[in-house]
Amino acid sequence: MQVHFLTKNFGKYDTSSIGSYMNVGGFEALRKAVTMDPEKITDLLTKVKIKGRGGAEYPLGRKWSQARAVRGERKVVICNADEGETTTFKDRELICHDPFNLIEAMIIAAYVVGASDGFIYMRAEYACYRPLLLNAIRQAKNYGFLGTNILGRGFDFDIHLYSGAGAYVCGEGTALIRSIEGKAGRPRMKPPFIKVSGVFARPTCLNNVETLSLVPHLLLDDAGVYASCGSGESIGTKLISVAGNVNRPGVFEIPFGTTVREILYDLAGGIQHDRKIQLIQFGGASGKIADASILDTPYTYEDLRAAGVMVGSGGMLVIDERTSVLDFLRMNQEFFWEESCGQCTPCREGNLHIKIILDKMAAGTATREDIAIMIKIARVMSMSSLCGLGETAQNTLMSAMKVFPDLFDIGGARA
Amino acid sequence: MSTETAKMTNQEQEMVHLTINNIPLAVPKGTKIMQAAQELGIDIPHLCYHEDQRIKARCRLCSVEVVGKRRLLAACSTEVWEGMEVHTDTQIVRDTQVAILQLMLANHHKDCLSCPRNQNCDLQRLCSRFNIQHSSLPSVCKEEPRIVTNPAIVRDPSKCIRCGRCIRACKDVQGIAALTYAGRSSDIIVTTAYNKPMETTDCILCGQCSLVCPTGALVEKDDTEKVLDALQDPKKHVIVQVAPSVRVSLGDAFGMEPGAIVTGQMVTALHLLGFDKVFDTNFGADLTIMEEGTEFLDRLQHGGVLPMMTSCCPGWVSYVEKHYSDCLPHLSSTKSPMSIFGAVAKTYYPKAAGIDPKDIVTVSVMPCTAKKFEAARPEMGREGRQDVDIVLTTRELIKLIKYVGLSFGQLPETDFDSPLGTASGAGAIFGTTGGVMEAALRTVCDKLTGKTLERLDFQEARGFQGIKECTLEIGGHTLHIAIAHTLKNAEILMEQVRKGISPYDFIEVMACPGGCIGGGGQPVGTTNAVKKKRMQALYEIDRNLPVRKSHENPVLQVLYRDFLGEPGQGKAHELLHTSYNAVPKEYRF
Repeated sequence: MQVHFLTKNFGKYDTSSIGSYMNVGGFEALRKAVTMDPEKITDLLTKVKIKGRGGAEYPLGRKWSQARAVRGERKVVICNADEGETTTFKDRELICHDPFNLIEAMIIAAYVVGASDGFIYMRAEYACYRPLLLNAIRQAKNYGFLGTNILGRGFDFDIHLYSGAGAYVCGEGTALIRSIEGKAGRPRMKPPFIKVSGVFARPTCLNNVETLSLVPHLLLDDAGVYASCGSGESIGTKLISVAGNVNRPGVFEIPFGTTVREILYDLAGGIQHDRKIQLIQFGGASGKIADASILDTPYTYEDLRAAGVMVGSGGMLVIDERTSVLDFLRMNQEFFWEESCGQCTPCREGNLHIKIILDKMAAGTATREDIAIMIKIARVMSMSSLCGLGETAQNTLMSAMKVFPDLFDIGGARA
Repeated sequence: MSTETAKMTNQEQEMVHLTINNIPLAVPKGTKIMQAAQELGIDIPHLCYHEDQRIKARCRLCSVEVVGKRRLLAACSTEVWEGMEVHTDTQIVRDTQVAILQLMLANHHKDCLSCPRNQNCDLQRLCSRFNIQHSSLPSVCKEEPRIVTNPAIVRDPSKCIRCGRCIRACKDVQGIAALTYAGRSSDIIVTTAYNKPMETTDCILCGQCSLVCPTGALVEKDDTEKVLDALQDPKKHVIVQVAPSVRVSLGDAFGMEPGAIVTGQMVTALHLLGFDKVFDTNFGADLTIMEEGTEFLDRLQHGGVLPMMTSCCPGWVSYVEKHYSDCLPHLSSTKSPMSIFGAVAKTYYPKAAGIDPKDIVTVSVMPCTAKKFEAARPEMGREGRQDVDIVLTTRELIKLIKYVGLSFGQLPETDFDSPLGTASGAGAIFGTTGGVMEAALRTVCDKLTGKTLERLDFQEARGFQGIKECTLEIGGHTLHIAIAHTLKNAEILMEQVRKGISPYDFIEVMACPGGCIGGGGQPVGTTNAVKKKRMQALYEIDRNLPVRKSHENPVLQVLYRDFLGEPGQGKAHELLHTSYNAVPKEYRF
């Protein structure tokens, strides 16, 4: 069953008009926030256990407290709207159906962490939403929600919209920042951490679109609707995108705890032509895969992890029986080989060699030794790569080895 | 101990306790795992890390295990913390290091015999250390031909391991950024803008990239065969000149302490190699001082263009021609010591020795790749012949000495030949930043005051700081001088010159960090710590010489009397001065 907590404004107002937004309660959350002690706000976020929705699952309350505590001039809030993870398109819905909420959320974030500048880094493919966001920013400025002395509370904040050039790796924090700075979008080593030295060496707080968008709704959630959903570490609602061989691919807001079967069959309309599920990939290209045995698993951080997959970016890709697991893995590998930035050795060279071995498997020429080498390279990549791309590039392959061991059992390689 | 660690120890910093391979130790807060391990004598393998560069953490070869961490951490970039437990020798660490080397090898042209860095290659050394005898992965190397487009530096992309050291040297040290990454994933390459030949870009051929390259991807153009051919030709009279800094760097390659003074052995080796005469570039340096000093006094006393800038360094001259061509009148018209020597060697020397100039081959041994370019400049020759026929870098001389199998350390010491082997201490210190200025001041002060000054040492001009400046009161004149090394520092001075607000009368610039002792043609492994030792050695040579002012060099006085005439005039001007050309902006595409 779908819920409408984060998505409750969808279709309710004219996204080109700030007046229309205010008619549905727009900027009430900001008005409330600026009367609150910022620590109260971070406490609230911690209480409802919001985790970063980009995939890293970092607790939002902790992130904002730390950002607030960092000393430094002209702090920055960045909204990561790069949404480069494959099969993930939930943030797009938030941007195009509720742009003002995102602007409001960023202003609240600025108030809490003490930032004076905000950047929205939006993926190149979403260029069609630039006018929408630019209009929202301009109107917010005209109404005094952006600019100087916002709501008479003596804080200044402005939002700048940036577009990437299409590189997957620019969703990684340090690469994203370099891209904003006008440099090639390649990750850098940490430390220095972004929170201390981010965009233009200023302390920077980087959040995903969905994470930010939750905040205004939460501040006005006096009835505790959000907290009443889910349980354990997985509280609230989650926006997910379902793609692949389903009848109704799309974006759905679910309460945590909805089963995978409910998501695929009730919300996404089931598998096309009632075919069998070959595999489901959770969390995009850097995510992990499962077979149909996962259908009755509740969609929560804990349950998915126990089932060998993860929430990740919130994307779900359903592959039916017509596509072989190996072809799917080769496609996934091709993606990482193309998208590696090429700086660090394990990711630059490792992706290529794994691609070569997968191609050999498809051609039937792979040996037992090839499989052993592939496993070793995958491990080295995840253990020693410079950034998250190299670290997670082999998640899908490694989980495939667990779920489909026979595929890799060449010449008795399986010990 | 690295300089970074040493600095912090002096400040009595907070100590952090940790264990490495279960051995407890305490190091100052802020120390990286790699330096902490060095304290225990553990060398964590690395390729992109270079002690004089900022940390890149890119090759990942220094990955180590830290208890409690899910992933391995890069030892070069990770600071130690209290209670940290590091393991550098576990199975996963070893597997990772071997796998990374194998991955590099698969994308590396492994024909080591054809490589100029054979037996002096960091990748080869590490493969040997980890007992990697063959490549376990299929080769994915695009075996492209070497890029030989200029007389100084050769690129071999198939040897490149993408460590980025050259990029950092070019950008962070020189501020030029002629080299950069292009492309991504396994197609990423280190190249120039639009893949243009290096010499047509902002590059000034200083060779700092070749000094830090861990493999054979960036090397000097090898001219050793040309020298061997000339030495074998009975019709040729082959003479060699050696730059001041080579005698304090050559020993490095033969197991001597950095900064060892090996002048005598070097001269013997050159004789044994078959050179007919072994002369000293320091003599050329003395001539440079006579001409440059005269030129400076003339500009100072007759309202010429000031500040005057030195012109000994070919990288620096190229830099002005390419980047500050509007400031060319500030460059001294005096040729560099090498080219001055060349001009004398092809005019005066044949006359004095009774040899046809056509039969003379002049070789120079330089710490520098850009000197190969300078020697090939059309201005540096006469009657269709270049004054300097072949330039070898220090690295190439090392090759030649090894080629003939000399036990360098055991060679007897001999002196330079006459007449062009007699030089003053002023010539000796040309090899270090500040040396040209100090040498010039020794002569200029005497000329300005008309007296022989007791003062020889100008401490103001010495040391490793990026820019040194001072004001001197001499003979009623107030002289403002500045000395810069690395072009990043030179840029600061040049912006003032360009805007017409430079407060200086005389500026010395050397392109390479430390001056020629850190030149792009010096032995691989020339770090800042090594350069400082070489610097001390040059001052020691100077201190121990009987003549320490250029104008007091007796051979030079004879040369002016019998052949050149007055400094800066007539024949002296014709032979010892040059002109410069603006390199138009079009070269930047």
